Amino acid sequence: MTTDKQAGEPYLRIAHVIKKFAAFTALNDVSIDIDEGEFVCFLGPSGCGKTTLLRAIAGLDIQTNGRIEQGGQDISALPPSERDFGIVFQSYALFPNLTVIRNIAYGLENRKLPRAEIDKRVRELLELVGLTGQEDKYPAQLSGGQQQRVALARALATSPGLLLLDEPLSALDARVRVHLRHEIKQLQNRLGVTTIMVTHDQEEALTMADRIVVMNQGVIEQVGTPMEIYRHPATAFVADFIGKMNFVDGTVAAAGRVKLGEVELSCDTDGMASGAPVQVAVRPEDIIARGVAADEANAFEATVEDLEFLGSSLRVDLAGENLGGQRLTADLSVNLMRELALEPGHGVTVRIPAERIRLYAAGGT
Amino acid sequence: MAEAAAIAARPVRAKLSRDDIIMRGAMVVLALFLLVAIVLPLYFMLSKSFETYTYRFESIEFQVNDGDGWGETLNALTLGQALGVVTPERMVTSNGGRFQASEFFPDFSFRSPRLYRIRNAQEDAGGFMVGGGPVFHTEWVEVTSNDFRRVQIRPALSTGVDNYIAYVNTPSLFFSVYNSLFIAVTTTVIVIGLAFFYAYALTRTCMPFKMLFRVIALIPILAPSLLPAISLVYLFGNQGIIRELLMGERIYGPIGIVIGSAFWTFPHALMILVTALSISDARLYEAAVALRTSKLRTFLTITLPGAKYGLISAIFVVFTLVITDFGVPKVIGGQYNVLATDIYKQVIGQQNFQMGAVVSVVLLLPAVVAFIVDRIVQRKQVALLSARAVPLQPKPNRRVDIGMGIYCGVVAVVIVGILGMAFWASLIKFWPYNMSLSLGNYNFDVMDGGGWEAYGNSIRMALYTAVFGTMIIFSGAYLVEKGRGFEFGRGVIQFLVILPLAVPGMVLGLAYIFFFNHPGNPLNFIYGSMAILVLCTITHFYTVSHLTAATALKQMDPEFEAVSASLKAPFYRTFARITVPVCLPAILDVSIYLFVNAMTTVSAVVFLYSTDTTLASVAVLNMDDAGDIAPAAAMAMMIVYTSAGVRLLHALLTRGLQRRTQAWRTR
Repeated sequence: MTTDKQAGEPYLRIAHVIKKFAAFTALNDVSIDIDEGEFVCFLGPSGCGKTTLLRAIAGLDIQTNGRIEQGGQDISALPPSERDFGIVFQSYALFPNLTVIRNIAYGLENRKLPRAEIDKRVRELLELVGLTGQEDKYPAQLSGGQQQRVALARALATSPGLLLLDEPLSALDARVRVHLRHEIKQLQNRLGVTTIMVTHDQEEALTMADRIVVMNQGVIEQVGTPMEIYRHPATAFVADFIGKMNFVDGTVAAAGRVKLGEVELSCDTDGMASGAPVQVAVRPEDIIARGVAADEANAFEATVEDLEFLGSSLRVDLAGENLGGQRLTADLSVNLMRELALEPGHGVTVRIPAERIRLYAAGGT
Repeated sequence: MAEAAAIAARPVRAKLSRDDIIMRGAMVVLALFLLVAIVLPLYFMLSKSFETYTYRFESIEFQVNDGDGWGETLNALTLGQALGVVTPERMVTSNGGRFQASEFFPDFSFRSPRLYRIRNAQEDAGGFMVGGGPVFHTEWVEVTSNDFRRVQIRPALSTGVDNYIAYVNTPSLFFSVYNSLFIAVTTTVIVIGLAFFYAYALTRTCMPFKMLFRVIALIPILAPSLLPAISLVYLFGNQGIIRELLMGERIYGPIGIVIGSAFWTFPHALMILVTALSISDARLYEAAVALRTSKLRTFLTITLPGAKYGLISAIFVVFTLVITDFGVPKVIGGQYNVLATDIYKQVIGQQNFQMGAVVSVVLLLPAVVAFIVDRIVQRKQVALLSARAVPLQPKPNRRVDIGMGIYCGVVAVVIVGILGMAFWASLIKFWPYNMSLSLGNYNFDVMDGGGWEAYGNSIRMALYTAVFGTMIIFSGAYLVEKGRGFEFGRGVIQFLVILPLAVPGMVLGLAYIFFFNHPGNPLNFIYGSMAILVLCTITHFYTVSHLTAATALKQMDPEFEAVSASLKAPFYRTFARITVPVCLPAILDVSIYLFVNAMTTVSAVVFLYSTDTTLASVAVLNMDDAGDIAPAAAMAMMIVYTSAGVRLLHALLTRGLQRRTQAWRTR
C-alpha cells in the first residue's frame, strides 16, 4: 500500500506550508506530521484554512511555499493525478450518469485491469460499505447516506495510501450522520488507511479522530488527542471553540493563586506575573455543588440567577457579589437540583478543582 | 531552524500534469481561433476606416510637345483648379480610384500627333499608371496621344480621421444615423409594449390556449428577417391586398421597416420577458392582497419593478437587433437609408471600402453601448434572485383572462398573417394577374439568385456550422469553466468569447473581407469558400452558444474533475464519459441554435459568398433585388420549412435521447 520507509518517520509530513490568495493568507506557516494509519481531523470554524490545507495535500490548490512529503517522497509540486490519495467531498461528486458499480469501478478502469479483477474488487467494496444489491442504481435513486458510501467505496477502490474526507457528513441529517460516523471510523480501523478528515463539527472530531488539529485564521492552534484538546486547551480560542467554557476576567494574585471578583482560587498560574490580568476558563461540568463545605479549598458562595432545563441536566447561571458582577454557568444534574432545592435567588456553595482551572492572558480570545 | 527558513522561503513551482499541458495547449489553440475569427478582422477593419486615399495633384507635372519642342512644365493641381476638373470632392477617392490624365487637357484627342510628358515631382506621392504599370520615380515619362488617354493618376494613402470628417460632412450618409436611431427606438417601444403584455398573459393569467399562443409567437425565429419585409410588400405594396389600410402612406420606408422589424424581433423580446415574469415571488402578491392593495398599484409597485431587469435587457436586445439588421430595410426601406444598408451600398455598390468601414465603426458604437449596459444589468439581476421565492400560481379571473386571450389572439393573427402571406404568395402563379395556385415559384433553377444549389449550400453551411460550432464552442466553454490554474489564459478567453455579441453581422462580414482578402494573409485561400461562411457564422453566434454551454457546465459538480484526477483518469476520459453525456441537452440546444441561425442569417454572409457558395438567404435577397419577389418569398418559405422541420426533429430527438441515455435524471 505504501512505499518502504524507515521506522519512526511520519507517513505525511507537512512543513512550513504557506498559502496566499492575492493579499489574503489562508495558511500561515503550517507544520504537522501524521503517522501511518492515523485518523486525523482538521477542525476549525469556516475560513480557518482547514479545507485549503486538505486541498494542498491533494494537490488541488498547491501551496505558495512549504513542503509536503508523503511516504518519504516530496510531493509539494505534483499535480493531483501524480499523488496517491482517494477523496470524498461534501457533495460526494458521484457521476450522475453512471450506475453505482460504474462509479466505483471508474478508477480501476483507468488502470487497465482485467474485467474479472475489476468486478471482483467492486463486489468486495460493495460488501465493505454495505451496498450489495444496489449496484445497478443511479446515484439519484439512492439516499444521502447510500451516496456517501458509494463515494467512499469509489475513493477506496484503488487502495490509496491516503484517504481525504472533506466535510463528508455535513450534508446528511443528524441520525444518519451519527451512524455513518461510527461506520467510517470502523472501516478506517479495519483498513488501516491513513485518513485526514476536515470538519467544523467538534463532536464529529472528538468521536472519530485519533488526533485533532485545531485551526484558526490560517494557523494551527493545537494538535492533540481528543482528550488532550478537551482537557487542556492550549489557547483561549481552543478552549472556547471545543465544548462549552466559562470565561471570566481575573488577575493573578500570587504564584498559584488567581482572583476573580472577591474570590481567590488556587490554580496553576504557569509563571504568570503577579497582578497580571487574565481570563479564567472553567468548563460548566467542572463546577461542583454536591456536598461542598464552605471552608473547603477553592469553595465559594454564589447566587443562582437563572435555571435552564436541558432534559437530563440543568444549566445554572451563577452570580453574586463574590464574583464581582461576573457570571459563571454550571451544568448540574436534575437530581442534585432537587437535593439542594435550587431556585433563582437562592445561595449555593460551589467548588472548582484547582487542576480544572485554566488561565489565559487577557485579550486572548 | 535554517532548514525550516529555507523551506518557507522557497516558493513552490507546481509541476504541470499531462492534463494541464494538453488543456493549456487547447486553450492556446482556442485563443488563436478567436484571434483569427474576431480580433484581427475587427482590427483590420478599424485600421481601414482610418485609411484615406487622395489624389496628390500638386506633385504631378506635365509637359506638352506640339512638334515645336517641350513647353513649360504644368502643375496638375494648378491646371486642374483653373479648368474646374479638380474639386475638393474629387480629390478624395478609394484605393481603386483612378483619375484620367487627359481630363487636364480639354482639347485632348488621341489621334493628335501631340506628345505628352508626365512625371512625379515627389517620390512618395501616389504615382500614375502608364501602359499597365505604376510609376513612382521622378523621371519624365514620354507618351504619344494614343497612349496618354490611358494614363491615370493614382491616389496616395494616408492615415487619419479624414474619412470620419468626410462621413459627418456627407449629409446623405450622416442622416442615416438619425434614421437608424429613429427606427430602432420606435420599434423597441412598440415591440417591448406588445411583448410585455403578451408575456404577462402567458405567465400571469389563466387565459386559454397558452401553449398555442407561445408556439405562434416563437415562429418568427425560424424565418430570415427578409421574410416579413417580403410579406409586407404583398400586403401593403403598390399591388398589396390591403394597402388601403395605410391610408395613402407608402409601406416602402420607415413604416415598413418598423413593422417588419417588430415581427422578427418580437420572439426575442418575448423570451426574455417570459423568463423575467416567471421568476416572481408569490409571497409579495399575497402581502399585497393582505394589505388591500389595488390591482393597478400591485402591478406598478410589484410586477413592473420585479421585471425591471428583464425589461431593460429586452429593450437593449431589441434595439441592437433592429439597428444592426440589414434584411428588412434592404427589402422594404426604399429610399430610406439606415446604417446597415449604407454599409452594403458603400461596399457592394460603390466599392468604397474605407467608407464602409467608417459606417461599420459608427454602427458598432450603439451596439457596444447596448452590450455593455446589458452586461451590467445582467450581473445585477443574478444578485437579486432569492432562492426562497415561492413561484406564483395565477388564479382564474374571467375578465382578465378573456381580455388577454383576445389581445394575444390579435397579435397571433398578425404574426400568422404575415407568415401566411409569404406562404400564399409563394404559391401564386403570377401576382396579381393570375391568382391560381402553382409550385412554379419553387422552380428556383430557372431564376437568377443561385437556384436550388443555393438551398443545398445553406443546408451544408448550417450543418457544418452546427457540428463544428458546437464542438468548438462546447470544448471552449469546458476549458474556461473547468480548466485548472492558468487564470490569465482563461480570463483572456472569457473576454474574447463575449466580444462577438457586440459585433453586428454586417460589421463582422466586412471585417472578414478586410482581413481574409488581404493578399498578405496566409489564410487568404479560404476567402470565397464555404469555410469562411462557416467560420463567420460560428463567430457571429458564438457568445449566446457559449453562455448556454457555460451555464450547463456551471451546474455540474465542481469536484468531478478533482475526483477524476485522484482516480488518475485523464481529463478527456471524464469529459467524454461524464461531462458530455450530462450536458447533452445543452449541447443539442446549442447545435440547433447554430443551425437555425445559419439558415436564416443574411447580414454577415452577404459580403462573403461566392458564385459557388450562394446561400438561400442571399438568394432571397438577390431575387428580391431582381424583382423576382414571388420566388424570393418561396425561398424564404423554404428556409422556414427547413428550420421548423429541424426544430421538430430536434424536439423528437431530444425526447428520445433523454428517455434512453438520461434515465439517471429520474428517481
